[in-house]
Amino acid sequence: MIFIGERINTGFKDVKAAVENKDADVIKSWAVKQTEAGATYLDVNLGAVSSKPEDLCWMIEQVQAASDLPISIDTNKPVMLKEAVPLCKKPPLINSTTAVDEKMEAMFPIVAEYNASIVGLAMDEAGSPKTADKRVENAGKLLAKAMEFGINPEQLFLDPIVMPLKYMQEQAQEILSGASQFRLFSDPPPHIVCGLSNIANGTTQKKLINRTFAVMLVANGLDAVICDVTDEDLVNALLTAELVMNKQIYADSYIEAFRS
Amino acid sequence: MQIPDVSEKWTAPINTVTIGATKDQGGTRAKTVTVGGQTTLPFLTFEGELPHKPVIAGFVADTPPDWPDVLKQAIGKEVESPVEWAQKCVQDYKVDLISLKLVGAAPAGKDASPDACAKVVADVLKAVDVPLVLWGCGDDEKDNLVLPDCSQAAKGENCLIGSAKETNYRTVVAICKSDKHKIIAEAPVDINIGKQVNILLQDAGFDLKDVVMFQTTAALGYGFDYVYTILERARVAGLKGDKLMACPQICDVGGEVWRIKEAVVDEDVLPGWGKLAKRGPMWEATCASVYLQAGADILIMAHPEAIKNVQATIQQFS
Repeated sequence: MIFIGERINTGFKDVKAAVENKDADVIKSWAVKQTEAGATYLDVNLGAVSSKPEDLCWMIEQVQAASDLPISIDTNKPVMLKEAVPLCKKPPLINSTTAVDEKMEAMFPIVAEYNASIVGLAMDEAGSPKTADKRVENAGKLLAKAMEFGINPEQLFLDPIVMPLKYMQEQAQEILSGASQFRLFSDPPPHIVCGLSNIANGTTQKKLINRTFAVMLVANGLDAVICDVTDEDLVNALLTAELVMNKQIYADSYIEAFRS
Repeated sequence: MQIPDVSEKWTAPINTVTIGATKDQGGTRAKTVTVGGQTTLPFLTFEGELPHKPVIAGFVADTPPDWPDVLKQAIGKEVESPVEWAQKCVQDYKVDLISLKLVGAAPAGKDASPDACAKVVADVLKAVDVPLVLWGCGDDEKDNLVLPDCSQAAKGENCLIGSAKETNYRTVVAICKSDKHKIIAEAPVDINIGKQVNILLQDAGFDLKDVVMFQTTAALGYGFDYVYTILERARVAGLKGDKLMACPQICDVGGEVWRIKEAVVDEDVLPGWGKLAKRGPMWEATCASVYLQAGADILIMAHPEAIKNVQATIQQFS
Protein backbone atom coordinates (compact mmCIF):
# COMPACT_ATOMS: atom_id res chain seq x y z
CA MET A 1 0.00 0.00 0.00
CA ILE A 2 1.24 3.47 -0.86
CA PHE A 3 0.24 5.80 1.95
CA ILE A 4 0.16 9.49 1.09
CA GLY A 5 0.00 11.51 4.30
CA GLU A 6 -2.60 14.25 3.94
CA ARG A 7 -1.90 16.31 7.03
CA ILE A 8 0.39 19.07 5.67
CA ASN A 9 -2.48 20.94 4.14
CA THR A 10 -3.57 24.49 4.88
CA GLY A 11 -7.11 23.19 5.13
CA PHE A 12 -6.02 22.36 8.68
CA LYS A 13 -5.91 25.41 10.92
CA ASP A 14 -2.54 24.70 12.51
CA VAL A 15 -0.86 24.28 9.12
CA LYS A 16 -2.57 27.37 7.75
CA ALA A 17 -1.30 29.45 10.66
CA ALA A 18 2.15 27.91 10.31
CA VAL A 19 2.39 28.94 6.67
CA GLU A 20 1.13 32.45 7.38
CA ASN A 21 3.61 32.92 10.23
CA LYS A 22 6.39 30.86 8.64
CA ASP A 23 6.43 28.64 11.69
CA ALA A 24 8.54 25.73 10.46
CA ASP A 25 8.14 23.62 13.58
CA VAL A 26 4.48 22.77 12.93
CA ILE A 27 5.23 21.62 9.39
CA LYS A 28 8.26 19.64 10.51
CA SER A 29 6.44 17.95 13.34
CA TRP A 30 3.69 16.74 10.98
CA ALA A 31 6.38 15.52 8.58
CA VAL A 32 8.00 13.50 11.37
CA LYS A 33 4.72 12.18 12.77
CA GLN A 34 3.52 10.95 9.40
CA THR A 35 6.90 9.47 8.53
CA GLU A 36 6.93 7.53 11.79
CA ALA A 37 3.38 6.35 11.11
CA GLY A 38 4.58 4.67 7.90
CA ALA A 39 3.74 7.16 5.13
CA THR A 40 5.21 6.57 1.66
CA TYR A 41 4.72 10.14 0.41
CA LEU A 42 4.02 13.36 2.29
CA ASP A 43 1.39 15.50 0.62
CA VAL A 44 2.07 19.24 0.73
CA ASN A 45 -0.89 21.50 0.00
CA LEU A 46 -0.67 25.28 0.08
CA GLY A 47 -4.37 25.61 -0.68
CA ALA A 48 -5.83 29.07 -0.99
CA VAL A 49 -3.56 30.61 1.64
CA SER A 50 -1.22 31.98 -0.98
CA SER A 51 -0.69 31.88 -4.71
CA LYS A 52 3.05 32.43 -4.43
CA PRO A 53 5.23 29.53 -5.54
CA GLU A 54 7.80 30.51 -2.92
CA ASP A 55 5.33 29.71 -0.15
CA LEU A 56 4.82 26.21 -1.51
CA CYS A 57 8.58 25.87 -1.91
CA TRP A 58 9.07 26.94 1.70
CA MET A 59 6.68 24.22 2.85
CA ILE A 60 8.49 21.58 0.80
CA GLU A 61 11.84 22.66 2.19
CA GLN A 62 10.60 22.34 5.76
CA VAL A 63 9.22 18.88 5.05
CA GLN A 64 12.45 17.75 3.43
CA ALA A 65 14.45 19.09 6.35
CA ALA A 66 12.49 16.80 8.67
CA SER A 67 11.89 13.69 6.55
CA ASP A 68 13.53 11.70 3.75
CA LEU A 69 10.19 10.75 2.22
CA PRO A 70 9.27 11.90 -1.27
CA ILE A 71 6.78 14.74 -1.59
CA SER A 72 3.33 14.70 -3.08
CA ILE A 73 2.92 18.23 -4.43
CA ASP A 74 -0.74 19.06 -4.10
CA THR A 75 -1.36 21.63 -6.82
CA ASN A 76 -2.74 21.66 -10.32
CA LYS A 77 -0.95 24.85 -11.32
CA PRO A 78 1.99 24.35 -13.68
CA VAL A 79 3.50 27.68 -12.53
CA MET A 80 3.76 26.34 -9.02
CA LEU A 81 5.10 22.98 -10.17
CA LYS A 82 7.87 24.47 -12.25
CA GLU A 83 9.29 26.00 -9.09
CA ALA A 84 8.46 23.20 -6.70
CA VAL A 85 9.39 20.04 -8.61
CA PRO A 86 13.10 20.87 -9.07
CA LEU A 87 13.36 21.39 -5.32
CA CYS A 88 12.34 17.82 -4.56
CA LYS A 89 15.18 15.54 -3.55
CA LYS A 90 13.30 12.46 -4.70
CA PRO A 91 10.97 12.16 -7.70
CA PRO A 92 7.70 13.62 -6.42
CA LEU A 93 4.10 12.67 -6.95
CA ILE A 94 2.23 15.52 -8.58
CA ASN A 95 -1.32 15.82 -7.28
CA SER A 96 -3.07 16.28 -9.75
CA THR A 97 -4.40 16.70 -13.28
CA THR A 98 -7.85 16.06 -14.74
CA ALA A 99 -8.54 14.35 -18.07
CA VAL A 100 -8.81 17.74 -19.79
CA ASP A 101 -6.42 17.95 -22.75
CA GLU A 102 -5.02 21.38 -21.93
CA LYS A 103 -4.38 20.39 -18.37
CA MET A 104 -2.69 17.11 -19.26
CA GLU A 105 -0.56 18.80 -21.92
CA ALA A 106 0.66 21.31 -19.36
CA MET A 107 1.35 18.78 -16.60
CA PHE A 108 2.65 15.65 -18.30
CA PRO A 109 5.83 17.22 -19.73
CA ILE A 110 6.86 18.15 -16.18
CA VAL A 111 6.17 14.61 -14.99
CA ALA A 112 8.21 13.15 -17.84
CA GLU A 113 11.11 15.58 -17.40
CA TYR A 114 11.56 14.85 -13.70
CA ASN A 115 10.63 11.16 -13.79
CA ALA A 116 7.87 12.08 -11.36
CA SER A 117 4.50 10.44 -10.89
CA ILE A 118 1.10 12.07 -11.17
CA VAL A 119 -2.41 11.65 -9.86
CA GLY A 120 -4.94 11.65 -12.68
CA LEU A 121 -8.46 12.56 -11.61
CA ALA A 122 -11.07 10.70 -13.62
CA MET A 123 -13.00 13.90 -14.35
CA ASP A 124 -13.14 16.16 -17.39
CA GLU A 125 -14.63 19.48 -18.58
CA ALA A 126 -18.06 18.23 -17.58
CA GLY A 127 -16.96 17.97 -13.96
CA SER A 128 -17.24 15.05 -11.59
CA PRO A 129 -18.34 11.82 -13.25
CA LYS A 130 -21.67 10.33 -12.23
CA THR A 131 -21.19 6.80 -13.49
CA ALA A 132 -18.57 4.08 -13.47
CA ASP A 133 -18.43 4.20 -17.27
CA LYS A 134 -17.64 7.88 -17.31
CA ARG A 135 -14.89 7.31 -14.75
CA VAL A 136 -13.39 4.57 -16.90
CA GLU A 137 -13.60 6.76 -20.01
CA ASN A 138 -11.78 9.62 -18.30
CA ALA A 139 -9.19 7.32 -16.76
CA GLY A 140 -8.56 5.78 -20.18
CA LYS A 141 -7.95 9.25 -21.60
CA LEU A 142 -5.47 9.99 -18.84
CA LEU A 143 -3.52 6.80 -19.42
CA ALA A 144 -3.45 7.14 -23.20
CA LYS A 145 -2.27 10.74 -23.00
CA ALA A 146 0.34 9.94 -20.34
CA MET A 147 1.80 7.24 -22.56
CA GLU A 148 2.09 9.72 -25.43
CA PHE A 149 4.44 11.66 -23.17
CA GLY A 150 6.47 8.57 -22.35
CA ILE A 151 4.99 8.23 -18.87
CA ASN A 152 4.70 4.60 -17.74
CA PRO A 153 1.50 3.25 -16.20
CA GLU A 154 3.44 2.85 -12.92
CA GLN A 155 3.91 6.62 -12.82
CA LEU A 156 0.19 7.27 -13.09
CA PHE A 157 -2.14 7.19 -10.07
CA LEU A 158 -5.74 7.07 -11.27
CA ASP A 159 -8.30 8.57 -8.90
CA PRO A 160 -11.92 7.50 -9.45
CA ILE A 161 -13.16 10.63 -7.58
CA VAL A 162 -14.67 9.89 -4.23
CA MET A 163 -17.99 11.57 -3.42
CA PRO A 164 -19.53 12.10 0.01
CA LEU A 165 -21.58 9.13 1.07
CA LYS A 166 -24.03 11.24 3.00
CA TYR A 167 -25.06 13.38 0.05
CA MET A 168 -24.54 11.05 -2.91
CA GLN A 169 -25.09 7.62 -1.57
CA GLU A 170 -25.57 6.01 -4.97
CA GLN A 171 -22.06 7.11 -6.03
CA ALA A 172 -20.08 4.75 -3.82
CA GLN A 173 -20.88 1.72 -5.97
CA GLU A 174 -19.98 3.63 -9.14
CA ILE A 175 -16.62 4.53 -7.62
CA LEU A 176 -15.89 0.92 -6.68
CA SER A 177 -16.93 -0.36 -10.07
CA GLY A 178 -14.86 2.29 -11.86
CA ALA A 179 -11.75 1.53 -9.82
CA SER A 180 -12.16 -2.16 -10.46
CA GLN A 181 -12.09 -1.54 -14.22
CA PHE A 182 -8.99 0.71 -14.06
CA ARG A 183 -7.04 -2.45 -13.20
CA LEU A 184 -7.67 -3.85 -16.66
CA PHE A 185 -6.05 -1.02 -18.59
CA SER A 186 -2.51 -2.36 -18.68
CA ASP A 187 -0.11 -4.91 -17.26
CA PRO A 188 1.36 -3.78 -14.94
CA PRO A 189 -1.69 -1.64 -14.20
CA PRO A 190 -1.56 2.02 -13.23
CA HIS A 191 -1.83 2.74 -9.52
CA ILE A 192 -5.29 3.39 -8.17
CA VAL A 193 -5.51 6.12 -5.56
CA CYS A 194 -8.16 8.20 -3.87
CA GLY A 195 -8.59 11.10 -1.54
CA LEU A 196 -10.30 8.96 1.05
CA SER A 197 -11.75 11.40 3.55
CA ASN A 198 -14.24 12.79 1.04
CA ILE A 199 -16.38 9.71 1.54
CA ALA A 200 -17.12 10.65 5.15
CA ASN A 201 -17.76 14.37 4.66
CA GLY A 202 -20.44 15.64 6.97
CA THR A 203 -21.00 12.32 8.69
CA THR A 204 -20.89 11.51 12.38
CA GLN A 205 -18.88 8.27 11.89
CA LYS A 206 -16.00 9.64 9.87
CA LYS A 207 -13.34 7.12 10.87
CA LEU A 208 -15.55 4.08 10.53
CA ILE A 209 -16.83 5.15 7.13
CA ASN A 210 -13.32 5.97 5.91
CA ARG A 211 -12.07 2.62 7.06
CA THR A 212 -14.93 0.59 5.64
CA PHE A 213 -14.81 2.27 2.26
CA ALA A 214 -11.01 2.03 2.10
CA VAL A 215 -11.15 -1.71 2.59
CA MET A 216 -13.82 -2.05 -0.10
CA LEU A 217 -11.66 -0.01 -2.45
CA VAL A 218 -8.68 -2.28 -1.84
CA ALA A 219 -10.90 -5.19 -2.86
CA ASN A 220 -11.41 -3.30 -6.12
CA GLY A 221 -7.77 -2.57 -6.84
CA LEU A 222 -6.86 0.46 -4.75
CA ASP A 223 -3.12 0.37 -3.98
CA ALA A 224 -2.52 3.96 -2.89
CA VAL A 225 -4.44 6.29 -0.64
CA ILE A 226 -4.33 9.90 0.43
CA CYS A 227 -5.38 9.71 4.05
CA ASP A 228 -4.67 10.35 7.70
CA VAL A 229 -1.76 7.94 8.13
CA THR A 230 -1.73 8.57 11.85
CA ASP A 231 -5.14 6.85 12.07
CA GLU A 232 -3.84 3.47 13.23
CA ASP A 233 -7.14 1.63 12.84
CA LEU A 234 -7.39 2.81 9.25
CA VAL A 235 -3.83 1.82 8.39
CA ASN A 236 -4.20 -1.56 10.10
CA ALA A 237 -7.42 -2.24 8.19
CA LEU A 238 -5.68 -1.39 4.92
CA LEU A 239 -2.69 -3.62 5.71
CA THR A 240 -5.11 -6.42 6.49
CA ALA A 241 -7.10 -5.83 3.31
CA GLU A 242 -3.89 -6.21 1.32
CA LEU A 243 -3.34 -9.60 2.94
CA VAL A 244 -6.89 -10.62 2.09
CA MET A 245 -6.22 -9.63 -1.51
CA ASN A 246 -2.96 -11.65 -1.43
CA LYS A 247 -0.94 -8.55 -2.25
CA GLN A 248 1.40 -9.16 0.68
CA ILE A 249 2.67 -12.35 2.26
CA TYR A 250 1.17 -12.96 5.69
CA ALA A 251 3.38 -13.04 8.80
CA ASP A 252 2.14 -13.10 12.39
CA SER A 253 3.75 -9.74 13.13
CA TYR A 254 2.63 -7.99 9.94
CA ILE A 255 1.26 -4.99 11.83
CA GLU A 256 4.39 -4.57 13.97
CA ALA A 257 6.61 -5.06 10.92
CA PHE A 258 4.92 -2.14 9.17
CA ARG A 259 5.75 0.14 12.06
CA SER A 260 9.28 -1.11 12.82
CA MET B 1 5.94 -4.88 -37.14
CA GLN B 2 7.71 -4.00 -33.96
CA ILE B 3 7.73 -6.75 -31.39
CA PRO B 4 6.24 -5.39 -28.17
CA ASP B 5 8.49 -5.33 -25.13
CA VAL B 6 6.90 -7.75 -22.72
CA SER B 7 9.73 -7.81 -20.22
CA GLU B 8 8.69 -7.50 -16.62
CA LYS B 9 9.72 -4.41 -14.69
CA TRP B 10 10.24 -5.15 -11.01
CA THR B 11 10.41 -2.44 -8.42
CA ALA B 12 13.24 -3.46 -6.11
CA PRO B 13 16.48 -5.45 -6.19
CA ILE B 14 17.25 -8.47 -4.04
CA ASN B 15 19.77 -7.71 -1.27
CA THR B 16 23.42 -8.30 -1.95
CA VAL B 17 25.17 -10.44 0.66
CA THR B 18 28.91 -11.00 0.79
CA ILE B 19 30.30 -13.98 2.70
CA GLY B 20 33.91 -14.32 3.82
CA ALA B 21 36.57 -11.77 4.64
CA THR B 22 40.02 -11.39 3.11
CA LYS B 23 43.09 -10.33 5.06
CA ASP B 24 42.37 -6.66 4.35
CA GLN B 25 38.87 -7.14 5.73
CA GLY B 26 39.98 -8.76 8.94
CA GLY B 27 39.74 -12.40 7.88
CA THR B 28 41.99 -14.95 6.22
CA ARG B 29 39.99 -15.92 3.10
CA ALA B 30 41.64 -15.72 -0.33
CA LYS B 31 38.41 -14.36 -1.77
CA THR B 32 34.86 -13.51 -0.78
CA VAL B 33 31.63 -14.74 -2.33
CA THR B 34 28.79 -12.36 -3.15
CA VAL B 35 25.24 -13.40 -3.94
CA GLY B 36 22.01 -11.52 -4.66
CA GLY B 37 21.60 -8.11 -6.26
CA GLN B 38 19.21 -9.40 -8.93
CA THR B 39 16.55 -7.15 -10.40
CA THR B 40 14.69 -9.98 -12.09
CA LEU B 41 13.97 -13.71 -11.87
CA PRO B 42 16.75 -16.28 -12.39
CA PHE B 43 18.63 -16.28 -15.68
CA LEU B 44 16.34 -13.75 -17.41
CA THR B 45 19.35 -11.78 -18.57
CA PHE B 46 17.30 -9.84 -21.13
CA GLU B 47 15.05 -8.49 -18.42
CA GLY B 48 17.25 -7.12 -15.66
CA GLU B 49 20.52 -7.29 -13.82
CA LEU B 50 21.88 -10.57 -12.50
CA PRO B 51 25.18 -9.31 -11.12
CA HIS B 52 26.12 -12.46 -9.20
CA LYS B 53 25.85 -16.04 -10.37
CA PRO B 54 24.41 -18.67 -8.05
CA VAL B 55 27.16 -20.47 -6.14
CA ILE B 56 27.80 -23.97 -4.85
CA ALA B 57 28.87 -24.73 -1.30
CA GLY B 58 30.49 -28.12 -0.81
CA PHE B 59 28.74 -30.21 1.86
CA VAL B 60 31.16 -31.07 4.68
CA ALA B 61 30.31 -32.51 8.09
CA ASP B 62 32.43 -33.10 11.18
CA THR B 63 31.19 -36.70 11.26
CA PRO B 64 30.35 -38.70 8.13
CA PRO B 65 26.59 -38.53 7.62
CA ASP B 66 24.50 -41.67 7.32
CA TRP B 67 24.91 -41.76 3.57
CA PRO B 68 24.77 -44.57 0.98
CA ASP B 69 28.07 -46.10 -0.07
CA VAL B 70 27.80 -44.77 -3.63
CA LEU B 71 28.13 -41.26 -2.28
CA LYS B 72 30.81 -42.01 0.31
CA GLN B 73 32.83 -43.87 -2.29
CA ALA B 74 32.47 -41.06 -4.81
CA ILE B 75 33.92 -38.63 -2.28
CA GLY B 76 36.53 -41.07 -1.01
CA LYS B 77 38.20 -41.63 2.32
CA GLU B 78 38.28 -37.85 2.88
CA VAL B 79 34.66 -38.06 4.04
CA GLU B 80 36.09 -39.25 7.36
CA SER B 81 37.96 -35.99 7.97
CA PRO B 82 36.27 -32.59 7.72
CA VAL B 83 39.60 -30.94 6.90
CA GLU B 84 40.50 -33.28 4.05
CA TRP B 85 36.91 -33.34 2.81
CA ALA B 86 36.82 -29.54 2.67
CA GLN B 87 40.16 -29.47 0.87
CA LYS B 88 38.92 -31.97 -1.69
CA CYS B 89 35.77 -29.89 -2.25
CA VAL B 90 37.84 -26.80 -2.96
CA GLN B 91 40.72 -28.34 -4.91
CA ASP B 92 38.96 -31.08 -6.88
CA TYR B 93 35.32 -30.00 -7.04
CA LYS B 94 36.10 -26.27 -7.32
CA VAL B 95 33.24 -25.23 -5.05
CA ASP B 96 32.78 -21.55 -4.18
CA LEU B 97 32.30 -22.08 -0.45
CA ILE B 98 32.33 -24.79 2.19
CA SER B 99 29.20 -25.58 4.16
CA LEU B 100 30.29 -27.17 7.42
CA LYS B 101 27.61 -28.94 9.41
CA LEU B 102 28.41 -29.93 12.97
CA VAL B 103 26.24 -33.04 13.01
CA GLY B 104 28.60 -34.60 15.56
CA ALA B 105 27.24 -32.21 18.18
CA ALA B 106 23.80 -33.87 18.15
CA PRO B 107 22.95 -35.15 21.65
CA ALA B 108 21.44 -38.28 20.12
CA GLY B 109 24.66 -38.93 18.21
CA LYS B 110 28.27 -38.28 19.18
CA ASP B 111 27.30 -35.37 21.41
CA ALA B 112 30.59 -33.60 20.61
CA SER B 113 31.49 -30.78 22.97
CA PRO B 114 31.39 -27.10 21.98
CA ASP B 115 35.19 -27.06 22.30
CA ALA B 116 35.62 -29.97 19.94
CA CYS B 117 33.24 -28.35 17.43
CA ALA B 118 35.08 -25.04 17.60
CA LYS B 119 38.33 -26.86 16.91
CA VAL B 120 36.85 -28.42 13.76
CA VAL B 121 35.78 -24.97 12.60
CA ALA B 122 39.25 -23.55 13.21
CA ASP B 123 40.91 -26.49 11.45
CA VAL B 124 38.68 -26.21 8.39
CA LEU B 125 39.27 -22.48 8.19
CA LYS B 126 43.01 -23.14 8.30
CA ALA B 127 42.82 -25.87 5.67
CA VAL B 128 40.84 -23.99 3.00
CA ASP B 129 40.71 -20.37 1.92
CA VAL B 130 37.14 -20.12 0.64
CA PRO B 131 34.33 -18.55 2.74
CA LEU B 132 32.48 -20.75 5.21
CA VAL B 133 28.82 -21.53 5.82
CA LEU B 134 28.48 -22.88 9.33
CA TRP B 135 25.62 -24.91 10.82
CA GLY B 136 24.96 -26.34 14.24
CA CYS B 137 23.46 -29.82 14.59
CA GLY B 138 19.83 -28.65 14.47
CA ASP B 139 19.10 -29.27 18.16
CA ASP B 140 18.30 -25.81 19.53
CA GLU B 141 19.47 -26.46 23.05
CA LYS B 142 22.80 -27.92 21.99
CA ASP B 143 23.31 -25.35 19.23
CA ASN B 144 22.91 -22.60 21.81
CA LEU B 145 26.06 -24.01 23.41
CA VAL B 146 27.94 -24.97 20.25
CA LEU B 147 27.35 -22.02 17.97
CA PRO B 148 28.80 -19.30 20.25
CA ASP B 149 32.13 -21.17 20.50
CA CYS B 150 32.22 -21.92 16.78
CA SER B 151 31.33 -18.35 15.93
CA GLN B 152 34.11 -17.16 18.18
CA ALA B 153 36.57 -19.54 16.51
CA ALA B 154 35.63 -17.97 13.17
CA LYS B 155 35.55 -14.38 14.39
CA GLY B 156 36.31 -11.89 11.64
CA GLU B 157 35.82 -14.46 8.86
CA ASN B 158 32.35 -13.15 7.98
CA CYS B 159 30.81 -16.60 7.85
CA LEU B 160 27.18 -17.38 7.08
CA ILE B 161 25.85 -18.98 10.24
CA GLY B 162 22.76 -21.13 10.55
CA SER B 163 20.29 -21.25 11.47
CA ALA B 164 18.06 -18.70 13.16
CA LYS B 165 14.55 -20.02 13.75
CA GLU B 166 11.54 -18.63 15.60
CA THR B 167 12.70 -20.56 18.64
CA ASN B 168 16.41 -19.66 18.86
CA TYR B 169 16.96 -16.49 16.88
CA ARG B 170 18.08 -14.39 19.84
CA THR B 171 21.22 -16.46 20.44
CA VAL B 172 22.13 -16.52 16.78
CA VAL B 173 21.62 -12.75 16.46
CA ALA B 174 23.77 -12.12 19.53
CA ILE B 175 26.72 -14.18 18.32
CA CYS B 176 26.54 -12.98 14.74
CA LYS B 177 26.41 -9.37 15.87
CA SER B 178 29.34 -9.69 18.22
CA ASP B 179 31.53 -11.80 15.89
CA LYS B 180 30.34 -10.10 12.71
CA HIS B 181 28.85 -12.97 10.77
CA LYS B 182 25.88 -13.24 8.44
CA ILE B 183 22.73 -15.19 9.38
CA ILE B 184 20.73 -17.97 7.77
CA ALA B 185 17.03 -17.45 8.63
CA GLU B 186 15.24 -20.80 8.65
CA ALA B 187 11.54 -21.64 8.32
CA PRO B 188 9.96 -25.10 8.07
CA VAL B 189 8.57 -25.04 4.50
CA ASP B 190 6.29 -22.18 5.48
CA ILE B 191 6.56 -18.81 3.79
CA ASN B 192 4.58 -17.08 6.54
CA ILE B 193 7.02 -18.26 9.18
CA GLY B 194 9.83 -17.36 6.79
CA LYS B 195 8.62 -13.79 6.77
CA GLN B 196 7.99 -13.85 10.51
CA VAL B 197 11.56 -14.98 11.27
CA ASN B 198 12.86 -12.07 9.20
CA ILE B 199 10.63 -9.67 11.13
CA LEU B 200 11.98 -11.10 14.40
CA LEU B 201 15.58 -10.75 13.22
CA GLN B 202 14.91 -7.17 12.22
CA ASP B 203 13.24 -6.43 15.57
CA ALA B 204 16.26 -7.90 17.33
CA GLY B 205 18.34 -5.28 15.56
CA PHE B 206 19.84 -7.47 12.85
CA ASP B 207 20.01 -5.90 9.40
CA LEU B 208 18.13 -8.03 6.86
CA LYS B 209 20.79 -7.06 4.33
CA ASP B 210 23.01 -9.53 6.20
CA VAL B 211 20.52 -12.39 6.00
CA VAL B 212 20.12 -15.36 3.67
CA MET B 213 16.77 -17.18 3.79
CA PHE B 214 16.52 -20.94 4.17
CA GLN B 215 12.99 -22.19 3.51
CA THR B 216 14.31 -25.66 4.27
CA THR B 217 14.81 -27.94 1.30
CA ALA B 218 12.90 -30.92 0.00
CA ALA B 219 14.18 -33.56 -2.37
CA LEU B 220 12.33 -34.31 -5.57
CA GLY B 221 9.36 -36.49 -4.66
CA TYR B 222 9.20 -35.26 -1.06
CA GLY B 223 7.54 -31.87 -1.16
CA PHE B 224 9.84 -30.46 -3.80
CA ASP B 225 7.02 -28.48 -5.40
CA TYR B 226 6.10 -26.84 -2.08
CA VAL B 227 9.61 -25.59 -1.56
CA TYR B 228 9.90 -24.53 -5.19
CA THR B 229 6.80 -22.33 -4.94
CA ILE B 230 7.98 -20.85 -1.65
CA LEU B 231 11.36 -19.88 -3.11
CA GLU B 232 9.68 -18.43 -6.15
CA ARG B 233 6.99 -16.57 -4.22
CA ALA B 234 9.56 -15.13 -1.83
CA ARG B 235 11.70 -13.98 -4.73
CA VAL B 236 8.74 -12.37 -6.55
CA ALA B 237 7.70 -10.60 -3.32
CA GLY B 238 11.24 -9.30 -2.87
CA LEU B 239 11.39 -8.02 -6.43
CA LYS B 240 8.00 -6.36 -5.94
CA GLY B 241 9.39 -4.34 -3.06
CA ASP B 242 8.69 -6.46 0.04
CA LYS B 243 11.86 -5.63 1.95
CA LEU B 244 11.17 -8.45 4.40
CA MET B 245 11.50 -11.00 1.59
CA ALA B 246 14.34 -9.47 -0.40
CA CYS B 247 17.05 -11.78 0.94
CA PRO B 248 19.07 -14.24 -1.15
CA GLN B 249 18.13 -17.91 -0.61
CA ILE B 250 20.06 -21.05 0.27
CA CYS B 251 19.11 -24.69 -0.41
CA ASP B 252 20.61 -27.73 1.27
CA VAL B 253 20.24 -30.08 -1.68
CA GLY B 254 23.00 -32.50 -0.69
CA GLY B 255 21.70 -32.70 2.85
CA GLU B 256 18.21 -33.72 1.70
CA VAL B 257 18.59 -35.80 -1.43
CA TRP B 258 20.82 -38.48 0.09
CA ARG B 259 18.19 -39.42 2.66
CA ILE B 260 15.42 -40.47 0.29
CA LYS B 261 14.96 -43.95 -1.08
CA GLU B 262 15.44 -42.92 -4.70
CA ALA B 263 18.99 -41.83 -3.88
CA VAL B 264 19.76 -44.53 -1.36
CA VAL B 265 18.36 -47.83 -2.64
CA ASP B 266 19.80 -49.70 -5.62
CA GLU B 267 18.16 -51.66 -8.44
CA ASP B 268 17.83 -54.84 -6.40
CA VAL B 269 15.16 -53.16 -4.30
CA LEU B 270 13.82 -50.78 -6.95
CA PRO B 271 13.79 -52.82 -10.17
CA GLY B 272 13.67 -50.72 -13.30
CA TRP B 273 14.96 -47.58 -11.58
CA GLY B 274 18.48 -47.85 -12.98
CA LYS B 275 21.81 -48.07 -11.25
CA LEU B 276 22.02 -46.09 -8.03
CA ALA B 277 25.55 -44.94 -8.84
CA LYS B 278 24.08 -42.98 -11.73
CA ARG B 279 20.61 -42.28 -10.35
CA GLY B 280 21.79 -40.74 -7.07
CA PRO B 281 23.90 -37.94 -8.50
CA MET B 282 21.26 -37.35 -11.19
CA TRP B 283 18.65 -36.90 -8.49
CA GLU B 284 20.84 -34.38 -6.70
CA ALA B 285 21.76 -32.48 -9.86
CA THR B 286 18.14 -32.32 -10.99
CA CYS B 287 16.92 -30.96 -7.67
CA ALA B 288 19.70 -28.39 -7.58
CA SER B 289 19.13 -27.22 -11.14
CA VAL B 290 15.42 -26.77 -10.62
CA TYR B 291 15.95 -24.86 -7.37
CA LEU B 292 18.16 -22.49 -9.35
CA GLN B 293 15.12 -21.70 -11.48
CA ALA B 294 13.04 -21.09 -8.36
CA GLY B 295 15.47 -18.50 -7.02
CA ALA B 296 18.20 -20.29 -5.06
CA ASP B 297 21.42 -18.33 -4.72
CA ILE B 298 23.50 -20.83 -2.74
CA LEU B 299 23.24 -24.58 -3.27
CA ILE B 300 24.80 -26.95 -0.79
CA MET B 301 25.83 -30.05 -2.71
CA ALA B 302 27.58 -33.31 -1.96
CA HIS B 303 28.23 -35.63 -4.92
CA PRO B 304 31.17 -34.60 -7.12
CA GLU B 305 29.38 -35.58 -10.34
CA ALA B 306 26.28 -33.63 -9.36
CA ILE B 307 28.41 -30.60 -8.49
CA LYS B 308 30.13 -30.76 -11.86
CA ASN B 309 26.84 -31.04 -13.67
CA VAL B 310 25.26 -28.07 -11.88
CA GLN B 311 28.39 -25.94 -12.31
CA ALA B 312 28.00 -26.48 -16.05
CA THR B 313 24.31 -25.59 -15.85
CA ILE B 314 25.08 -22.32 -14.05
CA GLN B 315 27.76 -21.52 -16.61
CA GLN B 316 25.43 -22.27 -19.48
CA PHE B 317 22.49 -20.19 -18.25
CA SER B 318 24.37 -17.20 -16.83
